[in-house]
Parts: sequence; C-alpha cells; structure tokens
Amino acid sequence: MVVEKIAVIALYTTIAMFVGILFMGVGRKIVARVHNRVGPPVYQGFIDIAKLLTKKTNISHGWIYDLALLFSMTGIMLTILFLPIGGVKLLSMEGDAFLVLYLLAIPALGFALGAGASGNPNAAIGVMRALVMMLSYELPFVITLIALMIYYDTSSIAQIVEMQHAKWAIMIPPFVLAAAVADMALQGMLMEAPFDIPTAPHEIASGPMAEFGGKHLGALMIYKAGTIVAYTTLFVDLFLGGGVVMHDGSVLAYLANFAVWFILIFLVFTLSLLINTSFPRFRIEQAFKFYWKYEALLAFISLIWVYLMVIS
Amino acid sequence: MGLFDGDIMKYEDWNKISRIASRKSLWMVHFCTGCGAIELPPVMTSRYDMERFGMGPMATPRQADVLLITGYLTVKTLKRVVNVYEQMQSPKYVISFGSCPINGGMYWDSYNTVKRLDRYLPVDVYVGGCMPRPEGVMNAFLELMKLIDEGKARGWEKYQKYYEQYKRNQKMAFNFEREKDEGA
Repeated sequence: MVVEKIAVIALYTTIAMFVGILFMGVGRKIVARVHNRVGPPVYQGFIDIAKLLTKKTNISHGWIYDLALLFSMTGIMLTILFLPIGGVKLLSMEGDAFLVLYLLAIPALGFALGAGASGNPNAAIGVMRALVMMLSYELPFVITLIALMIYYDTSSIAQIVEMQHAKWAIMIPPFVLAAAVADMALQGMLMEAPFDIPTAPHEIASGPMAEFGGKHLGALMIYKAGTIVAYTTLFVDLFLGGGVVMHDGSVLAYLANFAVWFILIFLVFTLSLLINTSFPRFRIEQAFKFYWKYEALLAFISLIWVYLMVIS
Repeated sequence: MGLFDGDIMKYEDWNKISRIASRKSLWMVHFCTGCGAIELPPVMTSRYDMERFGMGPMATPRQADVLLITGYLTVKTLKRVVNVYEQMQSPKYVISFGSCPINGGMYWDSYNTVKRLDRYLPVDVYVGGCMPRPEGVMNAFLELMKLIDEGKARGWEKYQKYYEQYKRNQKMAFNFEREKDEGA
C-alpha cells in the first residue's frame, strides 16, 4: 500500500515536471508568435535541459550551492503533492491551504540560499528583489485565499475543489475580483513581466542565476518547470474548480479531469505569457506599491463582499 | 563516467546524444566591442529569428555555450574576452565576426589591436566580411551546428590540450601592452 502510494507520488511529480518543461517550450513559441517570429520547436525545453545535463565541465561554489537546488526542488515537489491535480488527492488533508502557503516560500528560500552561496553581487541583488517580491504578492494572495476559505467554510484545498463541482468560484461575482487579484499575484510568482524584477537579464545579469551553469542550471530549469505547474495548478484549483468535470470515479472521468486540468493550466499560463509580452518591467518599489496599495485594496473589497454574502 | 562505460550505453553514443542536444540549443554570450554587434539584432528579431534553431542570448558566460567576438579586439579587451571564455562551461565554441579577428582587417597596422585571434583563443567558425551581413551570420551559426554534429568543433579541447601555448601567447600580448604603458 505504501509502495503503491510512493509510486503514484513519483509518477505525478514526474508528469508535473514533464508538463512544466513542455510549457516552457510552448511558452517560448507563444512569445515568439507575439513577436511575429517563428520561434523554437515546442520540445525546446527538453533539448535545453538535455544539453545542460550533458555538459562536460561544471563549477560548484560549495555544498550549500549544491544542496540548495535539491532544497528548492523538494519544496516545489511537495507543493505539487498537496495540490489536487484534476481532482486527484495525493497528500491532501484538513488545513492544507495554510500548509501550501508555507511550502510556497520554501523553493524561493532554497533558490536564495543557492544564489547567496554563489557569491555574485548580481545574485545578491536578485535575491533581495525576489524576497521583496514574495512579501509583496503574498498579502493580496492570502486575502483572496481567506475570502475563499470564508465562503466555502473550509481550509482544505481539496474541499474547495470539491465544493466547486456545481459552480466554479470564478462564476460568483466577488470571486471575479479575487481571481483578477490572484492572477496578478500569479504573475509575480511566475516572475513574468511586469514582475520579472528578480531575474531581469538586462539589469542584473539574470540575478540569482548569474553564477549557475552546466548541470546546476539544468536542475534549476527543472525546478522552474515545477514552479510553472505548481502555481498555475494552485490558481486552477482555487478558482476554476481544479479541472474537475466528471465525478463518478470511473477511468474515463479520471482521464477527462486530467485533460481539462491540462487545458486550464495551459490557458492560465498563456494569459500570464500574454501579459508578460505586453508590458515592460516595474521597478521593485513600483511592484511593491502595486501589490500593497491597489491589489490589496481590491482583495479587501472582495473579502468584505464575500463576508456580507455569507452572513446575510 | 562509469555508468556509460559499455554497461548501459557506450561512451560514444552518450557523446552523440550530447552533441545533438548541444547543436539544437546554442546559448550565446556576445562580446559586443566591435561593429558586428549591430548585425545581431536583426538576427535575433523577427527578420531572421535565430530562436528557430534554439539559439538565444544569455546574460552571463556561465550559462552560455557560444562566445561571439563581434569585430576587432584591442589587447585590453582581449584580457576580458579570455576571462569570459574561461568562465564558460565546456563544450564551448567561439565564432569570430568580420575580417579584424582574422588578420587585423582595417587595423592591420594598429599598435594595440589583436591581429590574429586564433593565437589567443581557439576559434571554431570565422565569418568573413567587413562587416558580415545577417545572412552571413546565420550561415555561420548553421555551419557551427554542422561542425558540432560531425564532432569537428573541438576548439575547447584544443584550448585544454595546448593551454600553456595559448597562455604564453596571451601573456606576450599583455606584456607588450604593459611595457608600452610603462615606456609612455
């Protein structure tokens, strides 16, 4: 039983990583089409990672630098396991919405640790910006999450998904506002423009990644692929019913839910990319102001609206 | 490389996979000191779009595979180019633009320009012209991909093998500059 559970968990994390790597290639293709270019093939992400992992030489900056990558990769895998994928619960439990909030910080901290160990001044600036960004987007995001928890009267993401069977959260008026706020927070989590401040390649030489090369950069790209799946799945689970369309427990329902989950995270990711290609980069204090002033205000309005709906 | 020593996969086969992957995903760091830098934006953007072949600019030398020398190099910039080249991870390749790195070009009698880049760094592909047009640059990239596929782009192995000779040549150039500064 335990072995089966471990096998399923390994399968799901592997699938999630593959989907993420595929999305990186598809994302580059979409950006290229927006720029009126042909763009790379959709499997470009796999080629890039294969190239980086077969590099002949490799530079390490000490054991913290090596282990930090594993730290962030473990964090992101754990996050994926706590999120229902197509309605399938892997490690879901009561109160995991709070747990996921904590787990979302682990990969960023691991990334910061590795970048700090590399000793590059650009990496230090990038890490500082990444941590300020995390502080910024988490406030509006947590407020929208609290609104969802009040409305559905549960603190389990799996239960939030289950209670959206009849009606997705985004179809309820206050959550349209909340979803808009959460989508901008997602933009910050995925580090897409206008919030690609931590890894700005032209300002600070790709920031935390400045000293990463060879196999370490390959591992970092796999981690990045994981973040794409984790964050888009979180959004889909919270607002779009987790992609659950059939709930009779048959194999067909299982496959259909998985396919719908895939389409929905793809749409969320595409929206994020289209915003990315349309906007220039904020400065860090502008991003902070945007999140804490406007986004937090909108999130508060949706929270109060939901509260009034619940008590009336 | 014990894992790939015959048991699961032959080392040659592994090398072949590595070559196929690195051919289709060349990340470049461009050292834009010369006039060739202006030829790169059309190559990157929608007119010629190098990303079709998986190529793209990278921010730091650690992440890159290809070093582009876009034009003439003074002795002072040579120092930085050598630093950049040595920070890159093998397998790494060098493409030199224009006639200046080949034989000095229009700076053939200049006192502080490097005349033959090949003496200081192993160059895999040269692009002739003053300056080469974007078509020429694209052609050079395709040529480099062909060389990598055939296993002929071995500049980085040459640099490891003849490291002392390359270092001696570089030192001679740097010393020449220092003596010139002290004399003035």
